[in-house]
Amino acid sequence: MKYVDEFRDPDKARRLIKDIERLLARNTTVRHRPLQLMEVCGGHTHAIFKFGLKNMLPDAIELVHGPGCPVCVLPMGRVDDCVAIAERPEVIFTTFGDAMRVPGSRKSLMQAKADGADVRMVYSPLDALKIARENPDREVVFFGLGFETTMPSTALTVLAAEQQGINNFSLFCNHITIIPTIKAILDSPDMQIDGFLGPGHVSLVIGSQPYRFIAEQYHRPLVIAGFEPLDILQSIWMVIKQLDEGRCEIENQYRRLVPEDGNPQALGAVNEVFELREFFEWRGLGSIDHSGVRLRDAYAAFDAERKFALPNVRIADPKACQCGEVLKGVIKPRECKVFGTACTPETPLGALMVSSEGACAAYFQYGAKTRQVDEPAPETVS
Amino acid sequence: MSRRLKAATITLAHGSGGSAMRDLIEDVMVGSFDNTWLSQLEDQARLDLKDITPQGDRLAFTTDSYVVDPLVFPGGDIGTLAVNGTVNDLAVGGARPLFLSCGLILEEGLSVELLRDIVASMRAAALDAGVTIVTGDTKVVPRGKGDKVFINTAGIGVIPAGVNISAARAAPGDVVIVNGYLGDHGAAILKARGELALETDIQSDCQALHGLIEAMLAACPDIHCLRDATRGGVATVLNEFAESAAVGIRVDEQHLPIRGEVRGVCEILGLDPLYLANEGKLVAVIPPTHAEAVLQAMREHPAGRDAVVIGEVVSAPANRVVMQTQFGGERIVDRLIGEQLPRIC
Repeated sequence: MKYVDEFRDPDKARRLIKDIERLLARNTTVRHRPLQLMEVCGGHTHAIFKFGLKNMLPDAIELVHGPGCPVCVLPMGRVDDCVAIAERPEVIFTTFGDAMRVPGSRKSLMQAKADGADVRMVYSPLDALKIARENPDREVVFFGLGFETTMPSTALTVLAAEQQGINNFSLFCNHITIIPTIKAILDSPDMQIDGFLGPGHVSLVIGSQPYRFIAEQYHRPLVIAGFEPLDILQSIWMVIKQLDEGRCEIENQYRRLVPEDGNPQALGAVNEVFELREFFEWRGLGSIDHSGVRLRDAYAAFDAERKFALPNVRIADPKACQCGEVLKGVIKPRECKVFGTACTPETPLGALMVSSEGACAAYFQYGAKTRQVDEPAPETVS
Repeated sequence: MSRRLKAATITLAHGSGGSAMRDLIEDVMVGSFDNTWLSQLEDQARLDLKDITPQGDRLAFTTDSYVVDPLVFPGGDIGTLAVNGTVNDLAVGGARPLFLSCGLILEEGLSVELLRDIVASMRAAALDAGVTIVTGDTKVVPRGKGDKVFINTAGIGVIPAGVNISAARAAPGDVVIVNGYLGDHGAAILKARGELALETDIQSDCQALHGLIEAMLAACPDIHCLRDATRGGVATVLNEFAESAAVGIRVDEQHLPIRGEVRGVCEILGLDPLYLANEGKLVAVIPPTHAEAVLQAMREHPAGRDAVVIGEVVSAPANRVVMQTQFGGERIVDRLIGEQLPRIC
């Protein structure tokens, strides 16, 4: 596959790993613990496990899997709201596939579908708009979620709905924004992250400028990284090189797709349609100021939250879950009290076990510690 | 065949037990499957033991139900699936498939023309596989209570003496072989659903495997494990072998035969081809002494032309499937949790 295989060359990987080892070896800073690098994006987490990168890297590097799986960080109360909308007889509820399994306090969308709700999986919000056009006597709701990666396509769909005069379409908006989330992690007193791999897809929209505060105020390097294994290894090398040289800058490894200033058309659509919410609740991280968006008043007619009466109940994260500590690199997924016992991908208690991109689910699915695969498997593996 | 079915669509009358049902059965089923057992129209097929017993020392008996959307897809339809699937369930036990039953559940409103096409596919697949559809049943459910057509097929086959294939027999040192490209059926169904603007010519791999298995058994009568990799894909079969025999299985990603188009679909949707369904692929575990002979025999058969060794059985980690990635890393290939759902980003 052109443009894919080039970034999966094992020989180049070996050379990069040697370079990383060389840099680490000559690092004169005395460290009592491994370097902690956070990959912010769930897509990176997925690639790291899929390609087995974890066991190729030296022990002196620990990858911390960040909050960038939008499905994982969706609070339970919002899932309950989805189910409440979906269970209305006049509604066709449309959603991306991996949101179907996220548990609410009563049930997931998949269970609601089994119970008779008309829940349909779509691959794009425009598919939802098409369903609305084809079903003028039904209310079609699209479950909008994701970071800046998916926000523009939702915004463009709302604009298309307005232009086409479609009034049986609305958006249940759960889009979130990455910058306040990274800031919340950096502000945490027990934060141990030494550097960041920046989210490639998000940066394609927002560019590299919004990350500058990470280097300037928090003195941590960030390298915007692509999603192929060589992208990730090269980005790790770039972060370590900065640390080695005593630099803290925002660098862009994913230049082939990410422009420094982002995508003005995409940002224009997002700013036209959405405004920041004062606060938004995250699973595992609590409430983060200005971390979510909602539809502006001008597009209220397409806002499912205004169209339907919602339970809008806040459900606290289960007490036993240690998702917040995992996200901040304080503990590894397997050190969590409920990992693999009460909390498994089939019955997720915590945020990070929900989607396959969540750190705990990835650990569980791809083997907790592939360097020592002879380690006994968790008892709950079926 | 004396009675003709004139209706263009199936109605509840075709399941009522009256003359409309008789027309349907005699014209569409008996007329198409055309054999002495079925045409007697008794409540059961009466099978002569004297013809069966010389062929082996055990009967193999299996059943499976087929529900697929869409009913017709590139490379087959629900009819070919219903015959080949059950033939393969018998064959992977080492059995020679002989007789099938055919239970049809039809939804009111189904086009009779489509039903005739599906039955014709079943007939063609049965002829190809050398099995006879000797008994059947038809029910009609009201519109909205079914999904056009559901088919159940049960099958009987005979296992030759000396053949002992079981998932529990995988032993360290054994070689793991597949008979060709993986994930074609799953990708073809995704394409056929038309929800994605995928431009690909992927065809389902739906095919009967008994001939291939016969050739494999001729090269190595002591095949340890054999299973067709349908729902859940090759990853599921490998996990079943590893757990049943309490062994480990190591797979080398660079030897997995996966077409570029299937890889592409998986990349776009965030799916793993190892978990995609197949309808004409088997996973075999062969003692190392016979691996080369089996591989050669497979490659000489049309259903095994692209056969390849994908890994080996090891003693540790027990109950686990580990994959050496093409990139040089290593990961565990676990059982599928829930169903594969496309990721959002």
